[in-house]
Amino acid sequence: MPAVQETVERVKSIDVDQYKYGFETKIEVEKAPKGLDESTVRFISAKKNEPEWMLEWRLEAFRRWKTMQEPEWARVHYQKIDYQDLYYYAAPKKQAGPKSLDELDPEILETYKKLGIPLQEQEILAGVAEENRVYSKVAVDAVFDSVSVVTTFKEELKKAGVLFMSISEAIREHPDLVKKYLGSVVPVTDNFFATLNSAVFSDGSFVYVPKGVRCPMELSTYFRINEKQTGQFERTLIIADEGAYVSYLEGCTAPSRDENQLHAAVVELVALDNAEIKYSTVQNWYPGDSEGKGGVYNFVTKRGDCRGNGSKISWTQVETGSAITWKYPSCILRGDNSQGEFYSIAISNGHQQVDSGTKMIHLGKNTSSRIISKGIAAGISQNTYRGQVSAHRKASNARNFTNCDSLLIGDKCGAHTTPYIEAKNSSAVFEHEATTSKISDDMLFYCRQRGLSAEEAVALVVNGFVKDVLQHLPMEFAVEAQKLIAISLEGSVG
Amino acid sequence: MNAEVKMMRTAAETQYSDALAALPGAEPVRALREKALRLFAEKGLPHRRVEEWKYTDLRVLLREMAPLAGKPDAAALAEAKKCDVLANVGAREITFVNGAFVAGLSNLKGLEKGLTISTLGDALKNDATLPQLLAGLNPGKYDAVFALNTAALNDGVVIDVAAGAQVTKPIHIRHIVTGTKPVSVFGRAVVKVGKKAQATILQSHAGPDAVAYQTNTILQLSVADDAELDVVRVQAEGDKAIHLSMMIGAIGTDSRFKSFALTTGAAVSRHTVPFAYSGRNARALISGATLLRGKQHADMTLEVDHALPGGESRELFKTVLDDESRGVFQGLIVVRPDAQKTDGRMMSAALLLGENAEMDNKPELEIFADDVQCAHGATTGALDDDLLFYLRARGIPKKDAESLLIQSFFGEAIENIENEKIRDAVMKRAGHWLAARG
Repeated sequence: MPAVQETVERVKSIDVDQYKYGFETKIEVEKAPKGLDESTVRFISAKKNEPEWMLEWRLEAFRRWKTMQEPEWARVHYQKIDYQDLYYYAAPKKQAGPKSLDELDPEILETYKKLGIPLQEQEILAGVAEENRVYSKVAVDAVFDSVSVVTTFKEELKKAGVLFMSISEAIREHPDLVKKYLGSVVPVTDNFFATLNSAVFSDGSFVYVPKGVRCPMELSTYFRINEKQTGQFERTLIIADEGAYVSYLEGCTAPSRDENQLHAAVVELVALDNAEIKYSTVQNWYPGDSEGKGGVYNFVTKRGDCRGNGSKISWTQVETGSAITWKYPSCILRGDNSQGEFYSIAISNGHQQVDSGTKMIHLGKNTSSRIISKGIAAGISQNTYRGQVSAHRKASNARNFTNCDSLLIGDKCGAHTTPYIEAKNSSAVFEHEATTSKISDDMLFYCRQRGLSAEEAVALVVNGFVKDVLQHLPMEFAVEAQKLIAISLEGSVG
Repeated sequence: MNAEVKMMRTAAETQYSDALAALPGAEPVRALREKALRLFAEKGLPHRRVEEWKYTDLRVLLREMAPLAGKPDAAALAEAKKCDVLANVGAREITFVNGAFVAGLSNLKGLEKGLTISTLGDALKNDATLPQLLAGLNPGKYDAVFALNTAALNDGVVIDVAAGAQVTKPIHIRHIVTGTKPVSVFGRAVVKVGKKAQATILQSHAGPDAVAYQTNTILQLSVADDAELDVVRVQAEGDKAIHLSMMIGAIGTDSRFKSFALTTGAAVSRHTVPFAYSGRNARALISGATLLRGKQHADMTLEVDHALPGGESRELFKTVLDDESRGVFQGLIVVRPDAQKTDGRMMSAALLLGENAEMDNKPELEIFADDVQCAHGATTGALDDDLLFYLRARGIPKKDAESLLIQSFFGEAIENIENEKIRDAVMKRAGHWLAARG
């Protein structure tokens, strides 16, 4: 039987590169000189008009970083990164700082339009379709290489008392808040990549939700690496004061290049008494081509501190991109009755390597945490879940439930599970379960018998496999994520 | 951070190197010993930065090496005679006192057809393949316990069950330590089960309380195609002892293997089980119950390696932790690319009775084949209040109700022992532990 047109197109679309966001934006940029030494740190700090204390903070981190060694315990293999062969700062040349979108470089606007990120403050109610796309009101902080190019809905958020701006702006405008919280969750000396980030971070988002305020809209940051040989080091700090609530989304893409790009971010979340932070990520960095060439090295430190009693932090992540993912969004459950959640889908295909998971550190009384992790490995990728759950001596009635399942598609990939479960308190109740299996032939047969193609059948089964996690994503993201999953797995069957 | 820091040699490391280098020995064992000693000198004792020893830091726990035990004297033999661990189960006994084989306390008469039991020295004269076996199944991998044991190779036993032989009488390898002075004791036992043969091995460890002696014993098992082997092990060392042990196994095509380990003794113990599927469609059950109190520390580490297709593995471990004791379970299931249709299930459950007890679980899956079913589970918790209430509402005193629940908890693992007499004996020992609960 000859192939129907649909099949031909499908095959074409998955031929070599199914990465849709691999285009490059041609704009003029200003870069720091290549390489990393104290002067680079000073350069970045000066570019940002930072106060003296911030520069000192960075320099201290840099000195510390020089004494540290790159960690090797993760199940990822890559060529050593030459930290002197990178640009640590790249910013679009701007005409004395755009005051509004109209002044923004049209190339950048075009880029975000292509990526489907709304930078126009669209006064559209949720659920109204425009060009087949559903928009709800989402405030966006767009980070392009090393700088935040625009933050939308700032005025409206200000009315509610919510501070949402780039971190460089926050350092200048709200130094007290930044001083108080920056580095309080992920200390400067935390780990190799976090320390590097502390020295050279160039931008990122800052959110402060004051007491009792429920943030009126979803906040989001969209990261885009554009320049060649440029590392992106962003820093995000989110503080939810007593009784506040905020939902935050993060997305990221990068052009397809033959070289590997470094992304080492730090995200810090602080939830005070009865506050709640929901942090969702759809990570879709360029994963490299079918030969394993290029792709982003994603070394990220994300940590939330449930500092107040009754606080809650929830991480949801869909990981489909990056050549290497090294990422463990964690919760420190310090406050009594605090809660931590981690929902993750990590899909690896081609030559991707994922080593991701979470840490739930129970310190306060009556704390609870839940981990649902779904790993899907296809191609010749390696997908590892690495997690830690620990209860401190004083963490009475700590409760954890962990479920990590892995699905293997193809016989050349690997799925691994390495959990550390440490109970130092007799009233702690920890449950952990993990399974690894392949998509059963019965299931595929059942679907195919009903007229689905092999790939549709796999997508259906996989979507069923990950639905526990998908349902925790905000609506717009869930749709996006579902599509991403289908794309990531294309070409992995048969 | 995995910084490779050159560590100072500890007192214990130097003592081991010196004491073991001074041992006499002839070829080919000498070559093995020297190699192991060189490796040990290079790599030393493991510490918490060594992933496999994360929760059992031997550099800290093993401050110094006790002097090597000498030949047991009459008093030692008299004391050993009183040892009743796994006694009266109708087994053929092979006894080591302070590491030395004692013929007088062993029963080597009337061996079943196909069964050969020889001391290590005798076996080396007759079996040219033995040195290779003694070097370990995975000689490339360094393990301090294995290296020290090999460096100290002196006395041991080789049990050979010929192809087709059915040895119904269990063979009991006893490791007994005596005296009031701290000593270091090493031991090695090799069990080879031929094609279509069947055997049951018991292994027990016992010694005096209040003496800080150190033991290092290794049991090496090889099970040929279509063969069957049962192993039951009871570790009832004295309460100040440091006990390091390994059970290294390899099972052939269509073979069946079952093991159970009861751990109640020693201040610090570590039992490592590297277990390889060297044939297709082999089935294994590895189980155990660990009952600890006071400040005891027991580490159970498994590495189940499926290299060939169709293997089935079941692991079930129960840990009961009273007072300030600490239990460690590390279980790794590896499924290599060729091991399609592997079915692996691992479970570790811990019951925390003491408020300051600690359980560290690290169940791992490492899977490179796609057509497999693998799962692991780990739970940690205290006694269920509802169940306790149910029993107490029926007039059962609190302590008895607790005992009932604890017994049913670890009993699930003990039930896997097929031989009734042995199962009863193990249950009784576990019962003693329960009865002694304050």
